[in-house]
Amino acid sequence: MPAEDLDEESSVWLRRLGAGGGERQAAERELHARLVRIALAEVRRRSASTPVAGPELDDVAHQAADDAMLAILAKLGDFRGESRFITWVYRFVILEVSSKLGRHYWRNPPVWLDAAQWERLPDRLGIDPARHAEVAGILAEVRRAVDSELTMHQRRLFVAIVVDGIPLDALAAELGLRRNAIYKVIFDARRKIRRALVANGYLEEPGVER
Amino acid sequence: MRELGRLERFLRTDPRDVGCDEAIAVLHIYVDLVTAGEDAAGRYPGVAAHLLACGPCSEDFTGLVQAVTNG
Repeated sequence: MPAEDLDEESSVWLRRLGAGGGERQAAERELHARLVRIALAEVRRRSASTPVAGPELDDVAHQAADDAMLAILAKLGDFRGESRFITWVYRFVILEVSSKLGRHYWRNPPVWLDAAQWERLPDRLGIDPARHAEVAGILAEVRRAVDSELTMHQRRLFVAIVVDGIPLDALAAELGLRRNAIYKVIFDARRKIRRALVANGYLEEPGVER
Repeated sequence: MRELGRLERFLRTDPRDVGCDEAIAVLHIYVDLVTAGEDAAGRYPGVAAHLLACGPCSEDFTGLVQAVTNG
């Protein structure tokens, strides 16, 4: 995108980062400081949903900022001006935080990760404990569908994510898979289970499935 | 049954859902539209469908909105 089509702030960032010597170094220092600030805010925002805590959480933020900075500088030429430059930049550090929290999850995983947690499923679905008995039938059907309708790979990932509550990014890190690969497996599993529930009269409408 | 609402919503899949890779590839554009008050979901319905269904990508979206809003 021609520089004149960019907003003023984006143009200034690109000019400074494309300059030589002291101007570029100053821009890089300023950008890195911003990345650190954003990363620290992001890990704190996510602190309730990760077992990572304390100084390790700050370490994750600093590592995320450092790695985002390297990626941004390596990919500056890929910026096409489809968004503000700073939004494009912050996306790198947000994604680094996600990825690193996923990997750090396994350093101190919850102690209950020793067996499939089917009894916790109603809580995960937000079902009122007083109503668990009413939904026992459909949840048993969900479990039957998981056991009988899903492939072994689908069942393994569905149980890990939905039943055991392992964060998707943590599972991706553990299995060496991309987030999208796991999401697609769970997507197909959800569709299969829903079809089974509809076929057996537990749900009435086909929804928005293809 | 109201208690089944979350289960039903969780199992419902939207064929417009573009998946994580496509959503993340345009997340910065989508966030700029959202924060500018424009119709991001209308322009990227597949991304909007995905963000409704994918917890991790929704978290990234929320984090990026907060970053550009407060950063």
